[in-house]
Amino acid sequence: MKHLIQLYVQQFKTTLAMMFQYRASLVIWTIGQVLEPLVYLIVWLVVAKSSGGSVGSYTTTDFAAYFIVLMLVNQVTYTWIMYEFEHRVREGVLSVALLKPVHPIHSDIADNISSKIITLPIMITIAIIFVFAFHASVAPPLWAILVFIPVLLLAFSVRFVLEWTLAQAAFWTTRVGAINQSYFVAFLFLSGQIAPLTLLPHPVQILSLLLPFRWLISFPVELLLGRLTMVETLIGLGAQFGWLIVSIILLRIVWRAGVKVYTAVGA
Amino acid sequence: MSYFRIFLAFLRVNIYGETAYRINFIIQLFQSLLNLGMTLGGLAIIFTYTNLLGGWQPNEVLALVGVYFLIGGIIRLIIQPGMEQLIESVRDGTLDFRLTKPADAQAIVSLQRVEIWEILEIILGLGVLIYALVKLGEIIGVLQAAEFVLMLTAGGVIIYSFFLILSTLSFWFVRVENILVIFQSVYEAGRWPVSLYPGWLRYGLTFIIPVAFATTIPAEALTSRLNWQTLVGAIALSIVLFIVSRIFWKTGLKRYSGASA
Repeated sequence: MKHLIQLYVQQFKTTLAMMFQYRASLVIWTIGQVLEPLVYLIVWLVVAKSSGGSVGSYTTTDFAAYFIVLMLVNQVTYTWIMYEFEHRVREGVLSVALLKPVHPIHSDIADNISSKIITLPIMITIAIIFVFAFHASVAPPLWAILVFIPVLLLAFSVRFVLEWTLAQAAFWTTRVGAINQSYFVAFLFLSGQIAPLTLLPHPVQILSLLLPFRWLISFPVELLLGRLTMVETLIGLGAQFGWLIVSIILLRIVWRAGVKVYTAVGA
Repeated sequence: MSYFRIFLAFLRVNIYGETAYRINFIIQLFQSLLNLGMTLGGLAIIFTYTNLLGGWQPNEVLALVGVYFLIGGIIRLIIQPGMEQLIESVRDGTLDFRLTKPADAQAIVSLQRVEIWEILEIILGLGVLIYALVKLGEIIGVLQAAEFVLMLTAGGVIIYSFFLILSTLSFWFVRVENILVIFQSVYEAGRWPVSLYPGWLRYGLTFIIPVAFATTIPAEALTSRLNWQTLVGAIALSIVLFIVSRIFWKTGLKRYSGASA
């Protein structure tokens, strides 16, 4: 345990140094993270205004709150491992990580958390500006705010393990682009990033209940917006735990099989 | 005409290179269709709740989506690959080989790489555009068609000049490979008419990162929204930006010292 903590501290220092080295990338990345929810927020505001101030159960202020909270939840749970793993396998960089006496997932977790710690203040500042610019308002009950923290952490864990597992596809094919994009499109619709899920067609809503995506994004968002009852929240927590267990089992199976087929170039 | 021959020569080389990886065709087709499906799905959801988005009818927005894919395809077919290569070759010094060729180096650099499968995105975009226009039932007159082609060309030149200016920054700051990514994420905003956006964002998408000139304005020409001020402005801007980018290129090149020299 002690050496794991040391590893995390060391990774934090490395990530911090790298992020200051590549400040421009940080700005570019922030623009992308902010612009997408902003565009959908504006589109839905226009729709709501043209149809008398609300769509379904969402008024203009609700839409603003929904997409601003969504931006933050997405920021906290976001990973980039699926884009990076292919490079590691193709270039053989993974060999170095395999020689180390700890599972390579640890340095990825540490790297992810470190860069989030650095970028979160920027995102929160932007969120606050948006709250005033778009007159967002939320009034969640106290219990919802308290439950939000563990729900958010669970969402982060599930998304991380799931995407880390999916990234292993690179062991079997060098064309992960198509896989990544399919995942991304499913995620966009079924996690509530295009629109609050209650506005989607009924079959899509049912599908979203069965898949992990909504429990990673729209569930935490709706919780903080005070739109969920206690029972719904408990169901959501159950789904999150269920997917955490499933994804950890999948990770172990896939990783073991993947390392076996991995042959580094030049080795 | 000689530039066209250079282009054909590069095109041939790129096609030879790419035919070795024929499966890329299927993968690109799959990704383009997925991307289109995602956009259309989003539109379908939004238009179940309204029939007019910022003054645009569903089929007019569809025409805009067609233009968005068409221009996006052109950017990734010819503009972006050459510029990525330029940035890379300034860093590792291989730009030397381009400069010693007996033709204008800017032309060579701009035409050197063609991602041929992106042609699928262009065909898809054209398909969507034609479908939308048929649905609109509007007779596209010769004048309107001419305006559209003119605005598409102006938009293309503006985007090309913008990319070239960004890429020549590599002569001053060597590590700028991420800079072109800015455009990709901002271009997504061009799926929607820019008139939806609040003032600051609209100006940003028009004058700082010129997405509006590439997507909204050509689509405006087709849906009889274009006024002559915008038309003249777009043409003037494309000429000015083209000259400015040429100046950037010339000035930057003077700073280039090569890797071996």
